[in-house]
This record gives sequence, C-alpha cells and structure tokens, in this order.
Amino acid sequence: MIRKTPLNRFLVYGLLILLSAVFLLPAYMVTITSLKSPDQITMDTVWSLPNPWYWQSFADAWEAFAPYLANSFKLVIPSTLISALLGSLNGYVLSKWKFRGANLLFTLMLFGMFIPYQSILIPLFQFLNRIGLYGNIPGLILVHVIYGIPITTLIFRNYYAEVPTEMVEAGAIDGAGFFGIYRHIMFPISMPGFVVVIIWQFTQAWNEFLFAVTLTSGTGNEPITVALSNLAGGRAVQWNLPMAGAMLAALPTLIVYVVLGRYFIRGLLAGSVKG
Amino acid sequence: MARLTVKSINRDRLVAILMLTPSIILLAIFVYGFIGKTAYDSMTDWKGVAIEQEANFVGLDNYNQLFTGLLDVRFRQGLVNTFYFTLFFMLGCLALGLLLAILIDQGIRFEDGWRIMFLFPMALSFIVTGTVWRWLFNPIGGLNRLPTLVGLPPLEIKWLTDRTQILQFNWQNLPLFLSVAIIIALAVIAFRYLRQGRKRATLISGGIAVPILIWVLLGGPNAIPVPKYEEIHGFNLAMVGIVIAAVWQMSGYTMAMYLAGMRGIPEELREAAIVDGANVFQVYRHIILPILQPITLSAMIVLGHISLKIFDLIFVMAGPDNATTDVPGVLMFVTAFRGNEFAKGAAIAIVMLIMVAVVIVPYLTTTLRSEHEL
Repeated sequence: MIRKTPLNRFLVYGLLILLSAVFLLPAYMVTITSLKSPDQITMDTVWSLPNPWYWQSFADAWEAFAPYLANSFKLVIPSTLISALLGSLNGYVLSKWKFRGANLLFTLMLFGMFIPYQSILIPLFQFLNRIGLYGNIPGLILVHVIYGIPITTLIFRNYYAEVPTEMVEAGAIDGAGFFGIYRHIMFPISMPGFVVVIIWQFTQAWNEFLFAVTLTSGTGNEPITVALSNLAGGRAVQWNLPMAGAMLAALPTLIVYVVLGRYFIRGLLAGSVKG
Repeated sequence: MARLTVKSINRDRLVAILMLTPSIILLAIFVYGFIGKTAYDSMTDWKGVAIEQEANFVGLDNYNQLFTGLLDVRFRQGLVNTFYFTLFFMLGCLALGLLLAILIDQGIRFEDGWRIMFLFPMALSFIVTGTVWRWLFNPIGGLNRLPTLVGLPPLEIKWLTDRTQILQFNWQNLPLFLSVAIIIALAVIAFRYLRQGRKRATLISGGIAVPILIWVLLGGPNAIPVPKYEEIHGFNLAMVGIVIAAVWQMSGYTMAMYLAGMRGIPEELREAAIVDGANVFQVYRHIILPILQPITLSAMIVLGHISLKIFDLIFVMAGPDNATTDVPGVLMFVTAFRGNEFAKGAAIAIVMLIMVAVVIVPYLTTTLRSEHEL
C-alpha cells in the first residue's frame, strides 16, 4: 500500500533520525560507560568511546548479579507458565461458556489489574509471613500468578471470542464435553494467544519491583531488579558496574522483544484497546 | 449454543463454572479481601512492633492527619508531585506518541524497524530505565556535558537535585480550587451536550453543577479541613528529570496505540480529503485526529493510572527518602515497611486506590457495557 501524502520526505526522515538519536542516547551511554574502567569514567570524557575497551565490567557484573538473574528466572518461568494456563482456561469459560453475571464477574476480575498494589501489600505481607512463603521464591511466584489472572484472562477471553461458536457447537454435537472441546478444538489453535500472554507475563514478572522489594529484600532471594536497585542506589558507585548490570537485567526482555515484537505489541494493546 | 441437549449443557456449564471458581476465590481474597483489610487497618493506630490485634480503632484519624497534620506535609507535597507528574507525563507521551505515529504512518521505508526502535524502552524495567537516566542526569556529567561535544560550555542544570519549586499555591486554598475546577468541568460538559442537542445529559450535568456552585458561594469549601498554617506546595523542578525518563519509556506505547488506530482508518477517507484540496495537516486535524479521539482517552486513562501509582522509577532515580521527589507510592512503602507505621501506610494506600478507581472504574464499566453480548 503506497500512501501519497505530500508531507515532505526530508522532514519526515529528518525528524525520525533526530528522534531516534534521542531515543538511543541512553542506550549509547549505557554501552560506553559499561565498557570503561572506573578510572576511565571522568566527566570530561563521559560521552567518548571507551579506550581501551574494558570487558572486565561485565565479568564483575556477572559475578555480582548471576545469583539474582538465576532468582529472576526461577521466579519468572513457573509464574509465567502457570498464569498462562490459568488465563487460557478462564478465557475459555468466559468466552464460550458465558453464564448469567459473567460480564459483571469479568469486570470485577479486571479491576484487580489496575489497583495500586500498595493497597493490598500489608495484608499480603502478613499472609505470606503466616504461611511461610515470605522471603522466598515460591511466595513471589504465587503473587505473580494471582495478580496475573486478570490480564491473562482478558487476553485469552478476547482471543477466544474470535473463534466461531459453531466450532464449539460442532464439538459438542460430536459428544465432546467441556474438557474435550478445550483439548481438541480450543487448545490447538491457542498458540498465538499463548505467545502473547507468555511474553507479557514474562516481561511483567521480570521487570516487577514493588512486590520483589517488599517481599524478598535482604533474604538472598531477590530478583535482579532489586539487586540492581541496591547497587545503583548505593553512594560512591563505580558507574561501569551498574551500567553493565542494567544491560544484563535488560537483555532477556529485550531479546524477547526484538524476536517477538509483533506479539509484544499485541499484549501491550490488550490492556487498553479491546482485542 | 441453543441446539445442544439440555443435560449436557447443564453438566458442562457446571464444569465451566467450577473451573473458573479457583481464580474467582483467589481474586476475591487477594484483591477485594485484602483491600478491605487495608481499609480497616487504615482506621486503626497499628504501628511499630505492636501486635495488630491490640491496635485500636481510630476512625478517620489517619486520613485527617495526612490531609491536615503538621507532620504529614510530605504526603501532601507527594500528592502535588503526583498531580504535576501526571500532567506533564501524559502531555509528553501523548504529544510525542502522536508525532511518532504520524511520522511512521507516512508510508516510510523500514516501517517495522522504526517502530521497534521507538518502542524498545517499553520492554525495559523502570529499574533499568531509572538506573540509566540517573547517570544521565548527573549534574556534572551526562546530559549537561552534551553541549561540550560541539564546543559549547556545559549546561548547569541540577536535574534531580534541584530544589526550586514553581507553579506554587497554598494548600489551604485547595478545597476552593477543586470545587471551582469541578464546576467548570461540569459546565463545559453541559455546554457540549447542549450543542449536541442531548437535553437530558445537559440537565443532569448542569443539575450537578448548580448545587455545588451554591455550596461554594455559601462558603462550603471552608468546612473542609485544611492544615492550620499556610502551606505552600508546587511543582518541584527535580521532577523534570523523572518526567523525561518516564516519557522516554512510555511514549512508544501511545505511538503503538495511535498507529493501531490509524491502521483502522480507510485509505479512501484520506484520499477523498486530499482530492478535495485538503493539505496533510488539515487531513490530520479534521479527519484523523477526531477519529482517534477514543484512543487518546484510552491512552490518557492507561497512562494516568500508571502515573498515579508510580513507584519504581522514583525509587531508583531519586531514592526512597528524597522528599522533593516523593509520591504516595513511595511514601506508602517507606511509611509501612521502613517506618513500621502500618496504619498510616494503609491510609496512604487507600488514598492511592481511590485516585486510581476514580480513573479506572468509569472506564471499565463503560467499556464493558458497550461490548455486545456474544
């Protein structure tokens, strides 16, 4: 499709290049700072390229952050898979087995994804403490699964709404029940839905900070966001280290984003525009 | 599903509801139950190492302190910070997002590449963004040194350490300001309905405005409790850096929303307008932007509820104990989990919840009401 809008080409590309330079400025800064040795980081040369390149920052950052990156993976993978499965089942029920009051119930569920989590944080902290899940990764997984239910249900409900009801009816006529229809009709066509939800939940859980800092601080079970904030928040830091750490922390979600960007955008829009 | 046998429908429907039940119970407890618990805690004097069961019920005392107490001035400045942050963050994201969407919508080369380029910050954690921007806002390095690359003297902006405050007002006047703002908003709404010829809607919105106006004229706002002494609040310039970082991260999101909207506009509509002699700006001004209005509203609501809850970005950029950049999200964490003032933390959390609910609940109910039953 060719658009013949007479907006000046030079203006369009000029602005795009200028804006992308602005958008990439922080990325450039992180990269060069992380590749400088501490004594190379002086204010006069803050924008210049490192000379020589100091790869040791990454070795140091890896050593400092590897346990916390591992924590993040241990947290993010199970919570993503469980919430995706739950969301898929919920979405199936709410789109194909609607009952009286289903819409009201769905609205009440959705509200849970917008609340400031501060408003449930104190009881949550007490509850996890009481059942022995405070300060450990299973507790944090539970939290991510529960508060992930609204968004995963929403994405799957909208996704399944597109599936023709006739397909479900045909399955029912063939004698398939609730689970039969799910297994043989809905689940096999759910791949794109799962990709969207998994990317979304992975990114959310990986980047999350409030639950993590409240529920795991000082336990050794902190995910990478908390570890990075602890390092960067300290006084008199050598800036090459937090910058290398920031790159390590950003890498998993960035890779997912670059490889599967299309699905990422769909998840992004799911929360605002009706799917 | 009308053609199915009654028996199998009933059985399977029961199974369906049973499958949904665990999620519903979990959300009922972890969302609504916990909110109820927080609301109750906020009306007690629970603090320190005291056992919660020994806390006394004190009614709205904590709220009264937050809004009028001498010691809680930080909470009020936090609310003001949130207000200005929300305002500038929203404006920034909408303007930049729209500009990017329009540019990318021009049938350019490598469209996907450009889009990925402007949206990548969305994949990052606010913690990563905050760490990086904190370094960029170093008063003697970072952005301030950029002009030296072309031989100019370095800037001397203090960024996050700035103590200047602009757009100041006295908190004691706030009840009056707010009531007037509500009256003006209602009047504008009523006027718009009037022009659209919607009589009932005009009467309702006008009908709400008039009693409030009378109440204000009778001195009603004076009855709202305010701090005893004059208390000046305003926009702390230290927040500018945080606004910039947040806009950098989130404007790609508004861009994606606008682009999705523009894709839905039939090409014929633009072509017809151009044939009629409209230039490209007129096409956007009179055809595309009006169609995109619902998207602007959605974006404002999503961005608004993010900024009302903002926590991580400020925590990592300015630290949790920096009063000039404080917001309720951070103050709640510090109050409850560092200061052990659980009741007051709970009260701050409930104020946040109310602010977010005011934005989200109307949006949720209207969105789902307009959705057709399947």
